[in-house]
Amino acid sequence: MEKGHPAAYDEVQKIHPLYFNIVKKRYWWFALSLLVIVPGIISLFMQGLNLGIDFKGGTMIEMTFKKPVTQTAITDTMKSVGLEGPVQLSNGNTALIRTTALDQAKQNELMTALQTKVGEYEKTTLKVDLVGPAMGQELTRNAFKALIIAIGLMIAYISFRFQFVFAISGIIALLHDVLVVVGLFSLFQWQIDSTFVAAVLTIFGYSINDTVVIFDRIRENEAKMKRRDSYEDMVNKSVWQTMHRSVNTVITVLIALFSIFILGGESTKVFSLAMLIGVFSGAYSSIFNASQILVEIKKHMKHTRGKGGKAVRT
Amino acid sequence: MRRGNIIKLVTLVLLVAATVALSIKPLTNPDPAKGIPLGLDLRGGVHLVLQAEPNKNGTPITNDDMDKAKAIIAKRVNDLGVSEPIVQTDYVNKRMVIDLAGVSDPDKAVDILKTTAKLTFRDPQGNIVLQGDELSDAKAGLDPTNAGSFVVNLTFSHDGTIKFGDLTTKYLGQQIGIYLDDKLLKNPKVAVPILSGQAQIDNYTTLEAAAKDAVLMRSGSLPVSMSVAEKRQVGASLGIDSLHKSIKAGIYGLIFIFLFMFVCYRLPGVVADFSLIVYSLIVLWIFWMFRVVLTLPGIAGFILSIGMAVDFNIIIYERIKDEVRAGKSLRAGVESGFSRAFITVIDAHVTTFIAAMTLYYFGTGSIRGFALTLGVGIIASLFTAITFTRLVLRLVVGISPKLRQHGLALGGRHNGKRASSGL
Repeated sequence: MEKGHPAAYDEVQKIHPLYFNIVKKRYWWFALSLLVIVPGIISLFMQGLNLGIDFKGGTMIEMTFKKPVTQTAITDTMKSVGLEGPVQLSNGNTALIRTTALDQAKQNELMTALQTKVGEYEKTTLKVDLVGPAMGQELTRNAFKALIIAIGLMIAYISFRFQFVFAISGIIALLHDVLVVVGLFSLFQWQIDSTFVAAVLTIFGYSINDTVVIFDRIRENEAKMKRRDSYEDMVNKSVWQTMHRSVNTVITVLIALFSIFILGGESTKVFSLAMLIGVFSGAYSSIFNASQILVEIKKHMKHTRGKGGKAVRT
Repeated sequence: MRRGNIIKLVTLVLLVAATVALSIKPLTNPDPAKGIPLGLDLRGGVHLVLQAEPNKNGTPITNDDMDKAKAIIAKRVNDLGVSEPIVQTDYVNKRMVIDLAGVSDPDKAVDILKTTAKLTFRDPQGNIVLQGDELSDAKAGLDPTNAGSFVVNLTFSHDGTIKFGDLTTKYLGQQIGIYLDDKLLKNPKVAVPILSGQAQIDNYTTLEAAAKDAVLMRSGSLPVSMSVAEKRQVGASLGIDSLHKSIKAGIYGLIFIFLFMFVCYRLPGVVADFSLIVYSLIVLWIFWMFRVVLTLPGIAGFILSIGMAVDFNIIIYERIKDEVRAGKSLRAGVESGFSRAFITVIDAHVTTFIAAMTLYYFGTGSIRGFALTLGVGIIASLFTAITFTRLVLRLVVGISPKLRQHGLALGGRHNGKRASSGL
């Protein structure tokens, strides 16, 4: 009893200057989510994801030349040894070359050709990634396996600690976040690498964490519900009670991610970008979707049980 | 009571400050054996995954083959003079994972490691009559008869000496072929039977080339042929650059989170910042203790976990605000807020932990490093909150139970007003 927080509904309203009924407007939130997700899914089917060498296999060479170089000089040199692939130049002398998986002899041939035809490069800043096609398939397979097992374990845990409906609502919100991230990456054709997989799985963990805090409050308030209280209002109250936390936490996480994104260098760009989108979407879906889906499911369950009659708070 | 708490608090602050000061040196020790070990992406090197190719005649690759291959590759790695090389065998996928830090010429290293290096002596018809297994040593050196040219001196084992003697007797006056894999090294005409067990392969133009072949012959041939399934090569200064960049990102992230918490929660925000320092120390010491190799994604995971670790403080503070708002005293609010928030935090963190564990279990390479830092971070943040944050909050509340009236209320304006009217 003492554990509780007897804050009345109207009191919760007063604390938040921006208060509005966040549960009642749920169809707007669902629509907004679909507005982002549907184009993403369409794009996913139409053009798929822009897979990097981690998935497809191939060689990626990042090299800094001692003098500014031109893109055509590099492409021509690649052609001269019978290779092709996209070349990206940055800062005038740093080149990112992608091509098929090269064996050591072929790679040496290319490097020698580049050195003689394009110019001297810095040996100490050279970065070469070679991934065989088999490894890429394995990465994708393992990522899917990890996702499915993580979903299973989370459903089990949340069902155990809360109820099965909570688990389902949470997982739907979670899939929402993953779809937002994957969809946007497909839409803009940003190239993904293995860190993208790590990002998606972390979003998995993070987003559900965010949702569970709100669910925890719903669980607590549900236990204290009086007969004439409506479930909708109770959920709305719970969402608002946890609003400060939801907002503040997402801000600190976003601060951390922005600093990685801006200062962390090229290798963590894909990761931090995916995480930024995912965390933002995670916060959104936790506040605007997860609990609302829960309300929706509960409402339908009530109907099918034949009790009917929406309990509207007066 | 009050004075005692102030003394305790000051002692605690000094203690943490001292720990930070004392930790910097051992944790950042550049010697990988003493500091936190850095991954190849941060200090430069080559990460190689070699895949054992199925034998042409269809016999399966046994674990024994893999062990033999590992021993030979380890020998070659040592010959390269790499410090702390890592050679691991993946029996299930028939793979060999090799980490070489700070090699000067990674391309050459890869070349040497993956070569099967089967040294064979063949009769004039091309049949293999003697194999490199019968060698006891191979050394590169100057050619005594031809200045400016280099040789590999071979010494046969006892059995090899006898076989080589028989061979040179049988094919006296004919040409025998010496092959490394399928490359013909030499095709000498046997002038006299060689019974001493010594032979020489000459005509190398550089000592390096001779030394490379000598390493290959000395280490013996791989029982299976290997192909490069994955190679990640990072130049030394590129690694250092990445390290500096991510440290910078971490510091800026930390500063802004500190500021945010201070602006949002004032004194308790400072307590949270303080807890974050303790949290970071604990995580880094865990890395140090368990020799967790820090990689670039690992650092990203760590910085992210700092952002998430504050969550614990935020949940607790918001909860305490609720409790105080409901009419409890600050002290009672802290106690009940803590115990209630704990349930929330456990549920929330277990789910993230599940994700980290599955990621670790199914991940490879850099993803694993990330999952590990994330997992360690979750446990460390729970630990810090239960022990340190709670203690400091109690002390702070003990010093000034009327914090709110000093304008240092937990939480903003609304809270103060509502709570006092509630009292």
